[in-house]
Amino acid sequence: MDTAPEYVIEMLHITKEFPGIKANDDITLQLKKGEIHALLGENGAGKSTLMSVLFGLYQPEEGIIKKDGKEVKINDPNDATALHIGMVHQHFKLIDVFTVLDNIILGAEDTKFGFLEKKTARKKVQELSDRYGLKVDLDAKIEDITVGMQQRVEILKMLYRDNEILIFDEPTAVLTPQEIEELMQIMRGLTKEGKSILFISHKLNEIMEVSDRVTVLRKGKYIGTVNTADTTKEELSRMMVGRPVQLVVDKTPAKPGEPVLEIEDLSVPSQLHKNDAVRHVSLTARRGEIVCIAGIDGNGQSEFVHALTGLEKASGGRITLCGKDITHASIRRRSLAGMSHIPEDRHKHGLVLDYTLEQNLVLQRYYEPQFQHNGFIRFDEVRKYAEKLIDEYDIRSGQGPVTIARSMSGGNQQKAIVAREIDRELPLIVAVQPTRGLDVGAIEFIHGQLVHERDEGKAVLLVSLELDEVMNLSDRILVMYEGEIVGEFDPKKVSVEELGLYMAGAKRQNTEAEK
Amino acid sequence: MNEEKTSFWKKDGVRSIIASLLSILIGLLAGTVLILIVGCTNKTLGLQSAWEGIRLVFFGLFSTGRDASGALTFGFNPASMGNMLFRAMPLILTGLSVATAFKTGLFNIGAPGQYLAGTCATLFIALSIPSDQVSPAVIWLLAFLGGMAAGALWGAIPGMLKALLNINEVIACIMTNWIAANVVTWLFDISNLKNVVENTKSGYIYKTTFNNVATPKFGLDKIFPGSQVSGGILIAVALAIVIYIVLTKTTFGYELRACGANRHAARYAGIRDKRNIILSMAIAGALSGAAGSLYYLAGNTEFYWNTYQTLPAAGFNGIAVALLAVNNPIAVIFTGCFMSILDIAGMQLTNLTAYNEYITDVIIAVIVYMAAFSLLIKMWVSGRKKKKPALTEAPAEPTAESAPQDQTAAASAADGKEAQE
Repeated sequence: MDTAPEYVIEMLHITKEFPGIKANDDITLQLKKGEIHALLGENGAGKSTLMSVLFGLYQPEEGIIKKDGKEVKINDPNDATALHIGMVHQHFKLIDVFTVLDNIILGAEDTKFGFLEKKTARKKVQELSDRYGLKVDLDAKIEDITVGMQQRVEILKMLYRDNEILIFDEPTAVLTPQEIEELMQIMRGLTKEGKSILFISHKLNEIMEVSDRVTVLRKGKYIGTVNTADTTKEELSRMMVGRPVQLVVDKTPAKPGEPVLEIEDLSVPSQLHKNDAVRHVSLTARRGEIVCIAGIDGNGQSEFVHALTGLEKASGGRITLCGKDITHASIRRRSLAGMSHIPEDRHKHGLVLDYTLEQNLVLQRYYEPQFQHNGFIRFDEVRKYAEKLIDEYDIRSGQGPVTIARSMSGGNQQKAIVAREIDRELPLIVAVQPTRGLDVGAIEFIHGQLVHERDEGKAVLLVSLELDEVMNLSDRILVMYEGEIVGEFDPKKVSVEELGLYMAGAKRQNTEAEK
Repeated sequence: MNEEKTSFWKKDGVRSIIASLLSILIGLLAGTVLILIVGCTNKTLGLQSAWEGIRLVFFGLFSTGRDASGALTFGFNPASMGNMLFRAMPLILTGLSVATAFKTGLFNIGAPGQYLAGTCATLFIALSIPSDQVSPAVIWLLAFLGGMAAGALWGAIPGMLKALLNINEVIACIMTNWIAANVVTWLFDISNLKNVVENTKSGYIYKTTFNNVATPKFGLDKIFPGSQVSGGILIAVALAIVIYIVLTKTTFGYELRACGANRHAARYAGIRDKRNIILSMAIAGALSGAAGSLYYLAGNTEFYWNTYQTLPAAGFNGIAVALLAVNNPIAVIFTGCFMSILDIAGMQLTNLTAYNEYITDVIIAVIVYMAAFSLLIKMWVSGRKKKKPALTEAPAEPTAESAPQDQTAAASAADGKEAQE
C-alpha cells in the first residue's frame, strides 16, 4: 500500500454562502494521515461553518470533499460517522446521570436478543483506555467526575466508534493547565496510533505546542497553511487578524494607591447546594492596580461577583467601597458609590438586546440630570453621548446609535459594554471575563483600555478564567478554589504551572486568616 | 428624495402597520367567504343577500338602511358613528391595559377582572353618595378615580404575585378574574343599592343617572345625534396619548420597557424590577378599571348584577386590540375603533339582512389569529421589501423612537402569543 494517498481528508475550494455573507469563500483544507492540523481563525472567520460542511450539516455551493483520495458526498452526520469522522464538541454531549461506560456505548450498543452486551463493550473500552492512556473510571457517573475526565470520555466515545479523523472544537477552554498538558499528550498519542486530528482553536500557545500544520482563515477566506515549525506566534496572529497584533500587554509596573474596595470575610450561599459557594473571602483592591481572581470555572467566582455587585445577597462578611459600607446596599446604591461592572454574561446582564445601541449606552446613566429633565429623557443628549462613545471606542454597527443591540457582533457588543462602564469614570471597575469569546484584535483593545484605566488611578478587579489574560494583565493574582482564596501571587514571580496547581486545589498557601 | 422613500418602506413601524392591515384584510376576506358559503347553502338567503352581507361587513358603519325599493343605502350615519365611538371607548382602554403590560413583558389576561373591579367601585360610589348634597360633578370624579383605583388594586395583585413569588401572571390573572366576577356579584347582592326601578323596567338595575351622575357629552351628542356617545371616548384617547408619552419619552417608561425586554439586565443596571412589574400591572389594571368605569358612567348604560356572573367580553377583546396594534398605544386607538366598527357592522347585518351578527365574531376571531401571526407576516413583508433597496444603498436609519419600541413590541407580542397558546 505504498500508493496510499497523502491526505485522509481533503476539502477543496469549499464555498458556502448564507444570505448576505459568504461564510466560506474558496477554502481548501488538507489533512494528512497522522498529523495534528490546527484550524485557526477569529470569531466569524468560518471555522464552524467549514466543520459543519465536513459533518454534513451544510451543503457547500461549490467545492468537493475527498476521503483517502476519493470524492465523497456527505449529506448528513450519519454519512460523516460512516466515514469515521468524529467530533469532540466544545460543550460535551454527555448524560450526567449515566455512567461513563453507558455514555460511551450510547448509540452504538451491542445487543444480544435485545439485551445489552455490556461485557464485551467494557472489554473494548478498557482496551482503548489502556492503549491511549485515557484514564477513566468506567462506573462513575458523569456528574461526579472532573471536566478533564469528561473530555476523555468524549474522546473514548470517538475511539469506540473506530473514528479515524478526530475533530477537537476548542477543547482546552474548560481545562486547567495540567489538564491541557495531559490532553496534548493524549493527542500526540492518538496520532502515533495513526489517527488524524483537526484541532480548532484561537489560542496560539497551544497551537504552537501541539500542531504539525496550521490553516488560517480570516473573514471566510483561506489565508494559508503553514508548518508550525516554520512559523511564530506573531506571524500566525498577523495572518489571523490581518495586521500586526500586540500579544503582550504593554504596561508599566503598578503604583498602588489607597484602597478602594475592601472585602472582609465575605460568604455567599450557593444556588445549587447547601454549602456556601463563596467562603470567608477577604481582599483589597487599591487605586492604580489590577487585581485578578483566577480559577477554574465554577469555583465561586460568579457568586462572588454577584454578591459584590448586589445581584445576590451575601450570607456574611462586609464590603466597603471608598469608605462606605455597601454590604446591604441596593445595586443602584453600589453603582452610585463608585462601582462599575462589566458583567460575565453580556446577553443576560450586559445589554437589553432589543434596545438600540444608544439606549444601551445610557443603561447605567439614563437617570442622571444630563440625560433627563423632570423624568423626560433628553434624546438629543443621549444621541450626542452615544456618538461620542461610538467614536472613542470604535464601536462598529450597521446603523450607528440606532442599531438594535441584538444585530451587532459579539465583539462590538462587548466594546459597547466596556465603553459604557469605563466612561462612567468610577473608582472601581469590576470586569468579569471581559474578553470571553472575543478575537485577538478585540482582546488587545479591551486589555489596553483596562490598563489605561489603571494608570488613571482606578482599581480594577478582574475575574478571568483565561490564564494568558491573568498572567498578562494583572498586577496581583488571587486564586480562588472552591469558594476560597487559596493563594496570592505576583504574576512576575509565579509560573503558569504553579498557578495551575493552586487552581486545581492541589496546593494552598497557609494564610493565617482568622476563621 | 428617493432615499426617504426607500427608508419609509424599511421602517419597522411601517412594516408593523402593513402586517396589521394584512391581518385585517385576511380576516375580512374570511368573513366574505363565510357569508358566501352561508348565502349559497341557505334557501332564504341566496347570492343577492350574500352580496348585501358582504357590503355590510365592509361598509356597515356607513349603512343608512334600505330605500323604498329595498336596496341598501350608504352614507354618513351619525348614530352609527357615535355608537362606534361609544363602543370603541372600553376597547381602547382595555387594549391599552394589555399593551402596557406587554411592554413590561407581562401578559395581562386579567383585564376582565380589573374591568369588573372598576365597574363595581364606580357604581358603588356613584350611587351611594347622595347627589342632592354633593355636586354630581364631584361624585363623577370620585366614581371615575375610584374605578381606576379598584382596577389598579386588582391588577397589582397578580403583579405582586409575579414580582415577589414568581407566580406566572397568566394563571394569577385568570384566578383574579373569577374571584372578581364572584366578589362583585356578592357585593351587589348584599348592597342596598338594588331595586331601583325606572319606567317600566324593574329589578336589580344599577344606573348612575338615577343619581344624576353621568359623563359630560362635550357636545359630541350634537355631532352624532341619536347615538350613545359620551365624553368617555375623549378621555380614552387622552389616556392613550399619556401612556404613549410615558412609555416612550420618560425614564420611567425606559425602565418599564427595559424590565420587559430583559429583566436581568434591568436589575444589573440598578432598576428595581420588582417594583416596576407591580407598577406596570397596577397601571394596566387602572386602565381596565377606567374602561369599566367610563362604560357605566356614560349615562345610558345599565348594569344587571344577576346576569353578570360571567366575565365581560370587553376585557378579553382588549387582548385582540393590543395584538393588532402591536402594543403601540397610539395604534390602540385605531384598532379599538376598528373592532367597534366590526361590532356596528354586525348589528347592521342583523338589522338589515337575515344573517346574524355572529359572522362578525368569526371575522374578529380570524383577525386575532392573524394578528398573533403578525410577526410572521411582518417578516414576510420585510423579506419582500429587503431585496431591492439592500443592493443600492446603505441601511437606512429609522427614527430614534419608533424603531426600538416596535421591536420590543413585536418581541412581547410573540411572548403574548406563546402565553395565549
